[in-house]
This record gives sequence, structure tokens and C-alpha cells, in this order.
Amino acid sequence: MVHIKRIQEEGADIIAIIGEIDASSSIELDLTIAKSVGEGFHKILVDCTALEYISSAGLGVFMSYIEEFKDKQIHMVLFGLKEKVANTFSILGLADLLQIQSTKAEARKLIDELSV
Amino acid sequence: MSYQYNIGCSLSNLKGIREFIRNSLRNHHVPEVEMSAVILALDEMCSNLMIHAHHCNPDHKMGLLIDVPQPDTLVFEIVDDGSVFDINSFATPELGNLIHEKRKGGLGIRLVKAIMDKVEYVSRDGKNVCRLTKVLSGSG
Repeated sequence: MVHIKRIQEEGADIIAIIGEIDASSSIELDLTIAKSVGEGFHKILVDCTALEYISSAGLGVFMSYIEEFKDKQIHMVLFGLKEKVANTFSILGLADLLQIQSTKAEARKLIDELSV
Repeated sequence: MSYQYNIGCSLSNLKGIREFIRNSLRNHHVPEVEMSAVILALDEMCSNLMIHAHHCNPDHKMGLLIDVPQPDTLVFEIVDDGSVFDINSFATPELGNLIHEKRKGGLGIRLVKAIMDKVEYVSRDGKNVCRLTKVLSGSG
């Protein structure tokens, strides 16, 4: 249902989500982010270009890391959200709580600025 | 026109529920943004029921009915015989509190209340029926 890939690029961990995240698959996203944090990454980019669907279980995973990231000075930027996925974030008002950019280049630029 | 889908209470069936809704409403001219929203709301309601009322037991069954009484009105009914999980009795959690408590749940209730126009609970033939109504705003 979901396939998650990790690619390391210039000091950032890029987590690419392919497919759908619902209550049955959100654990995989959670474990992947936890692994990235555990390996000491301070720049996490989440590639959502192939994310077709996300329910509150997946959104809850992102939210549950907000405070921890603040404490550990870890930055996370999402990019490439399809309109139907972006709509779910905006219904909940999460678009204001998470860093979201349109393209990978913009996400890369923002995370570098945030990490200075 | 009405449609019915019966499934076991396993979270792995959520994808089938989403596909059933999309297929059933395919010819009802539902705008894509509203289609995605109602699918999301039903996914949230069904996963809540599966987890909290049925402990994800695939032998427990639930039914999903879709009725389109008018072109701009969609009525969904989730029928089961577990304990009632009435979202109207839960206060909509504040986002700030969810972040602070690092809770992964609680967002679904916010989504359902934001998307659906009405959420009612009735009893029929000894079963619980959760009826969700969506009035479409777009012309399609």
C-alpha cells in the first residue's frame, strides 16, 4: 500500500513516500522518521510527489514530531504535495504548522536557510 | 441509487472502502475536491470504529451504505454491532494540545466534523447506524 524510500543527499535525509498512508500504513512512516532521527539527521526532506493519499493517521505522525524536532533543532520540510493531499493538510490547518514547499529545490533552499 | 459494501474490521480493508466509495460515486458528478474529502471522512470513521469498537478483528463485520437521495446530497451509513463511538460526544481537540501531547490520534474527528454537514447515530434492527450527510457545494 505504501513504499518508503530513503536517499541521503548533501547532508539531508530525503524520505520519499510512494502510495497511500492510512491507519494501516502510518506506522511505516513513523518508523522511517524515527530511524532518520536516530541516525542523527538534522535536515529531513519529505518527498510527497508520489503520495496519493494521506489520512489523519499519517498527518498525526508528522505532528507528533513537531516538539521533538524543536528541542533537537531538527528541521523537516515537505515538498511536492498533490492538490488533493495538500487539501487534507489545509482542512486541519496543518499547512501553517509544518514547512511545505512546492519543489525539491525550494525545499532544499528553505531547509538550508533554517539550519544556519 | 444506493450502494452497499460489507467488510471485516481489518485496517487492511480501508483501501477497499476508499475504492468502493470512488467507484460508486463515479457517475454522480461529484467534484474531485469533495470526492477526496468524503472518502477521507469515511476512512476516518471506519478506521475509528475498527480500532475502538472492534479492536481490528477481521471476523467482526461492518457495512457501508451509500445513498444519493438528491444530486447534491450524499448520505453514508456505517452499520455495525459494536459499541457506539459517537464523535459528537468528543470535543474537537485543539491542534496545540495534540502537538504538546505528541498524540497521533484526535485529528480524524476534526477532519470528519470539518468535511461532513451532519453526523447522526441511530439504531436499526438491533444494529448501530452512523449516518453522515454531505451536501455538495460545487455544481460538478
